[in-house]
Amino acid sequence: MKHSRLPLITLILVLVFFYLPIIVLVANSFNASRFGGTWEGFSLVWYKRLLHERDIWRALENTLIIAVGATVVSAVLGTTAAFALHRFASRIQKVHYVLIYTPLVVPEILMGMSLLLLFVAMKIQLGLFTIFLAHVTFCISYVAMVVLARLQDFDFSVIEAAQDLGASWWTAATRVLLPLLFPGIAAGALLAFTLSLDDFVITFFVAGPGSTTLPIRIYSMIKHGSPPLINALSTILLLVTFAAVWFSQRLTEEKS
Amino acid sequence: MSDFLEFKDVSKHFGKVRAVDHVSLSIKKGEFFSLLGPSGCGKTTLLRILAGFEYPDTGRVILDGQDITDLPPNHRKVNTIFQSYALFPHMTVWQNIAFGLQIARRPRAEISEEVDKMLALIQMKDQAHKRPDQLSGGQKQRVAVARALINKPQVLLLDEPLAALDLKLRQRMLIELDQIHDEVGITFLYVTHDQGEAMSLSDRIAVMNGGKIEQIGTPGEIYEAPKSSFVAAFIGDANFFEGKVVELLDDNFCRLEVEGFPDVVCYNDNQIHVGNPVYLSVRPEKFRISRDRPLEDNHHNVVQGRVEDVIYLGSVTKYWVRVQDYRISVYQQHSRFMLDEKPITWKEIVWLSWHGDDGFMLERYSESDEKLMELPPDEPGDTNGVSLGANGLPVVARATRT
Repeated sequence: MKHSRLPLITLILVLVFFYLPIIVLVANSFNASRFGGTWEGFSLVWYKRLLHERDIWRALENTLIIAVGATVVSAVLGTTAAFALHRFASRIQKVHYVLIYTPLVVPEILMGMSLLLLFVAMKIQLGLFTIFLAHVTFCISYVAMVVLARLQDFDFSVIEAAQDLGASWWTAATRVLLPLLFPGIAAGALLAFTLSLDDFVITFFVAGPGSTTLPIRIYSMIKHGSPPLINALSTILLLVTFAAVWFSQRLTEEKS
Repeated sequence: MSDFLEFKDVSKHFGKVRAVDHVSLSIKKGEFFSLLGPSGCGKTTLLRILAGFEYPDTGRVILDGQDITDLPPNHRKVNTIFQSYALFPHMTVWQNIAFGLQIARRPRAEISEEVDKMLALIQMKDQAHKRPDQLSGGQKQRVAVARALINKPQVLLLDEPLAALDLKLRQRMLIELDQIHDEVGITFLYVTHDQGEAMSLSDRIAVMNGGKIEQIGTPGEIYEAPKSSFVAAFIGDANFFEGKVVELLDDNFCRLEVEGFPDVVCYNDNQIHVGNPVYLSVRPEKFRISRDRPLEDNHHNVVQGRVEDVIYLGSVTKYWVRVQDYRISVYQQHSRFMLDEKPITWKEIVWLSWHGDDGFMLERYSESDEKLMELPPDEPGDTNGVSLGANGLPVVARATRT
C-alpha cells in the first residue's frame, strides 16, 4: 500500500507557517540592509548599534527588575497556594481554586484595564511598582498550577517516613519535601519569568512615565525607530526565552 | 516483661466509618505480633495510631510504661516500614539509611559505622550509592527495613511490607524478615491481609474485622480453634454445617444432629449446652476420603457422598463431595499407598470420615454469623502459605447449601 504524502505535507506547511517569520526575522537581523527587503551581505552592525542604544538598556533593566521580582514573589506565593489547594479540601478551597485559575482565562486587556482602574482609584503612582504588582497577580496562577500538578502525583508517605524517623515537620519540609518539589517550583518560576519578560498588554496599561519595559520599547521602536535594530533585539530575546524554556523542561523531565 | 505495648480502648472514626472500634490489645516485648484482617478492618489505622499519624478518638496507647498517645510521630521510639517503602527518591541508599541518625545529630563517625553495619545486615554494601529508582522491589524493601532499624526503635511497624512484591520474592523476604527479627530482637507489629504471611511469621496474631478484634492467639490456636465463624472462614478453608447439640458425652465430646447426616460427634471445649444451635466446622484436610467404608470407633464420624468435582493441585487434590444439601471441600494428599489403587474420580460414591477432635463448633447467632455467608472477597496475593490451596484458588471454601 502506498503511503499517503498528506501528513508530511501538512507537517511542512505547519512548520513553515510557524517558523518562517522567525527565521526571516533572525536572518534579517544579520542583514546589512536598512530596510530588509534585499540581502546586502552579512553584518553585525545592528547588534553593534544595539550596544549604544541607552533607552533599550534602560528598558531591559526595568524588565529584568520586574521579572526577577515578580518571579521570586509569585514562586513563594504560588507554591504556598498550591499546597493549600492540595492539602485541604473544603468549599472555601473550591473558591480559592477558581480565584487562582481565573487569571489564566481572563483576557489580558481586561486584567490590564481593571488593574489600571484599581491603581488610579487607590492613588498609587504608576511605575515599576505597579507593573510588578500586576505581573505578580498573573504569575502566581501559573506557578500554582505547575506546582499543583506536581503535588498531585507526589507520594506524601515520604513526609510521614521522615517524621517517623525523627524529623520535625519543619525538617521534613526542608530536607525532603522542598528538594523533591524543587523541579516543579523551578519550572513554574521559569514560566512566570518568561511570561513577565514579554508581557505587553497588561504592562502597557499599568506602566507610568519612566517605567518603559522592553516589549513596550520595542513597540514604540516599530512605530518610530529602526526595524533592523528590533530584529537584532528580538533575536536575542528569542535566544534567552528558548534557553529558559529548555532549562525548565529539563527540570520537569528529570524526575521521571 | 508482659504488656510492653498496650492499646487501651482505642477508637477512631473517619466521618461515619468506625475504622477502629474500642480495641484493647497488649503485646509482649520482643514478640512478632500480627494484625490480620480483610482490607478496611482497621488494622492499618491501628498501626498509624501507634506511629502517631492518627490521633485516636478514645483510648490511650502505652509503650514501655509511658503514655505516648499525645506524642508527635518524631518523638516516638517506633519506626515504620511503609507499604510503598517511602524511600527518599533524591537520596542514595546510604543517605536514606543514615537519615534517622543525621536527624538525631549523631557524630559523623558513628553514623558511618552504623550505616555500614546496616548495609551488611541487608547485604547491600555494594549498592550504597545507588538511588531508590535503580533498585529492585526486594532491594527497596531491604533499604526500608535498614532505614527503620537504624534508629533502634522499641517497636518496628510493618504495614503490608510484602504486598508489592511478587510471590517468589515475597517468600524469600518472609524468611529474611524472620531472620532479622531473630537477630535484632525488637518487637515487630506486622499488618497484613495475607494469612500465609501472618501464620508463618507471627508469635501471636490478632484477627480483626470491622474495626474489632475477633480473636487473639498463636497461629495454631487461631487455625485449630477459631473463636468465631469469621475467623474460621477467614483463616484457611473451612466447611460449615448447621446443626444442634443433642447430647453431651464423656471427655468433653458431644453428639450433634446435622440434617441429612448420621449422628455426628464433636469435641466441645466451649461448653455449648444441649439444644443450642451451632455451626460445625471441619477443615478440608481433616477429612479422609475412601471407596471402602472406614472402620468406626466412638469418636469417628463417617458419611457417604458422591464426588462432584476433582481438582488436581500438585501437592494435594481437592474434591468436592456432595452429601445431602452440602457440597464439601476435601483435600487429600498424595502418597505411595494412595497410588496403589486407582485414584478416585468424578461421580464415584465415596466415604468421608473425620475424627471428632478435628471438627470445632461455633455457637450460631453469635455476632459475626450474618457475615459468614457474605465473606470478604479474596484479595489478590492470598495465595501462599498455610491455606493448603497454594495455588491461587479462593482461600475460603464453604460447604455451600444448595
